[in-house]
Amino acid sequence: MNPLKLSWKSIWHRPLPAILSILLFALGTGLVVLLFHLNAQLQEQFERNLAEIDLVVGAKGSPLQLILASMYQVDAPTGNIPLDKTKAFFNPKHPLIKNAVPISQGDSYKTHRIIGTDHSYVDLYNGQIEEGKLWENDFEVSLGAAVAKKFNLKIGDQFNSSHGLVDDDNLIHEDAHPFEVVGIFAKSGAVLDQVILCSTPSVWKVHGHEEGHDHESEHDHEGHDHEGHDHEGHDHEGHDHEGHDHSEEESKETQVAEAAGETDWKKTPGQEITAILIQLKNKSYQALNFARNINENTELLAATPAIEINRLYGMMGSGEDILEVLAYVIVFVSILSIFFSLLQSLQSRKTELALMRSMGGSKGFIFSVILLEGAILALLGLLIGMLLAHIGIQLIGNYFESSYRYQITGWRWLRQEYFVILLGITIGLIAACWPAWKASTTDIGEVLIEN
Amino acid sequence: MISGQSLYYRYPDGKGIEFPDFSFSQGSQWLILGPSGSGKTTLLQLLAGLRKPTKGTLTVDNKNITKFSGTELDAFRGGHIGLVFQKDYFVESLTVGDNLLLSQYLAKKEQSKKDCRAILDRLNLADKWGKKMSALSQGERQRISLARALVKSPKVLLADEPSSALDDGNTERVIELMKSQAAEIGASLIIVTHDQRLKDNFQAKIELT
Repeated sequence: MNPLKLSWKSIWHRPLPAILSILLFALGTGLVVLLFHLNAQLQEQFERNLAEIDLVVGAKGSPLQLILASMYQVDAPTGNIPLDKTKAFFNPKHPLIKNAVPISQGDSYKTHRIIGTDHSYVDLYNGQIEEGKLWENDFEVSLGAAVAKKFNLKIGDQFNSSHGLVDDDNLIHEDAHPFEVVGIFAKSGAVLDQVILCSTPSVWKVHGHEEGHDHESEHDHEGHDHEGHDHEGHDHEGHDHEGHDHSEEESKETQVAEAAGETDWKKTPGQEITAILIQLKNKSYQALNFARNINENTELLAATPAIEINRLYGMMGSGEDILEVLAYVIVFVSILSIFFSLLQSLQSRKTELALMRSMGGSKGFIFSVILLEGAILALLGLLIGMLLAHIGIQLIGNYFESSYRYQITGWRWLRQEYFVILLGITIGLIAACWPAWKASTTDIGEVLIEN
Repeated sequence: MISGQSLYYRYPDGKGIEFPDFSFSQGSQWLILGPSGSGKTTLLQLLAGLRKPTKGTLTVDNKNITKFSGTELDAFRGGHIGLVFQKDYFVESLTVGDNLLLSQYLAKKEQSKKDCRAILDRLNLADKWGKKMSALSQGERQRISLARALVKSPKVLLADEPSSALDDGNTERVIELMKSQAAEIGASLIIVTHDQRLKDNFQAKIELT
């Protein structure tokens, strides 16, 4: 026999109020842990997907939409941009740009984006090929780890893409050239896991093949406008101050590009891409001006991921705040529940407590027995709450992965959870303090021996 | 040895009560007899260490317990006094066996299932070890409360009105059981009662009026 066993037995002697206290406590702490996890894991994912991209250039529209579509693959693109207006960005001698990654969207395979790009996209996320190789020729694709796993695709498998991001049989390009899997990436934890990568011309060719039927109309509502080609705009893009050697520079660029043997598709006349992901050489005030310059002087949209994502956090934050308040209210009610259930049990245990004192139990012993009961209730609530929270996170994660390309797992442990445990037990002890003190000061003689 | 000299207790309402001096050797058996209001309950509480006398000296097992602090008194009560209450109080969430072990634990004695079972056996309660308290009859509960006092081998077995709810036959049996069990473990037996029927069972007695 010991105080712990005694506390345990007496809790389960009156199971209903105990279960109520435990469930309330579980609900409160579970919600807190759930919020901690969603917050931390979403933020991590967002940051991993930022991939040091400083600027995204695309068609005019909502900057947040552009970022979500081209970096996070969760929204529809704002439209396409004519290839000949993007030349300056791909100039390796651009004074501000370190790296410019073209992306062309439009098609998907069972809701997973097919992105036409070049190999620099892979480097953004430090992607490693696990099996096969990177795509080289048209209609070759390399798959993100999650896509390959989800659809059980192997090297050599072929599939047809479908238009847009919807998994709809009517939108499948049945008569187009199928894609062939040539490589599969290792898991990166970033958005790379969720996409299908191919060359930019592959994307064009899937659509080019269909030119003539409903393709045109669908293309139009993506919102791009060929009208008003503005070659002036091109000159404004950061290097018009050295306009004198412009043609010379362009010829050099061509040479470099041809030497690399890869970028000649960028010369294709009349074609379009969706966006350019840009890493800058430095993040100076010049760089900030660069984005403004593009927005003011060209028909392109330049969006800064850090700013847009912060705005998004701001919007999600208020919903999260309400949930957080709710969580703390439930925790508070559960404290009251432990407090009242202990206090009420004292009423019926008055003789029992006096009996233990008459048998030699000190005030400290009685105090610790009641205190332990509070701690046990809190601890059980904590354990159940945390278990439920982790299962909940896993379930939410499954949903997020299928609808937002986000990977959230319940099988992770955050350092904040130690804090939750510590806080929870402290709360349990505090709630039990007054009942414990009251119990320990009960007069023994009068209760047991009637005059 | 148990002795009291010029014991005096003042109640919170200001009334006081004086007790006659007494002195008994270890292992003796005696009766504190008196009608209600005579202060016998107060004397029981003093002997059990549940109250401290206002004046006088109370010696149990050669220790002057009037000088004890609250925690010393708790330890003394646990280690030396086996109380048997008029009502059968138990920790209802525990089984019979655990109630006995709790008694040893609170007395700071080694917890021995073997000893506890042996005492249950002596009281014909051997099969009750794992039973819930609520599953027992009144008579069984009363004998288990005696067992609970015995398992910690106290110096003094102190019983409060053990016969109040019993008929003559049962009274006789319970008193004889207490006397024999107290003798078995070498404890002094003090029975506090207003029940004149017990008079003949004891040679030594304190009569309060």
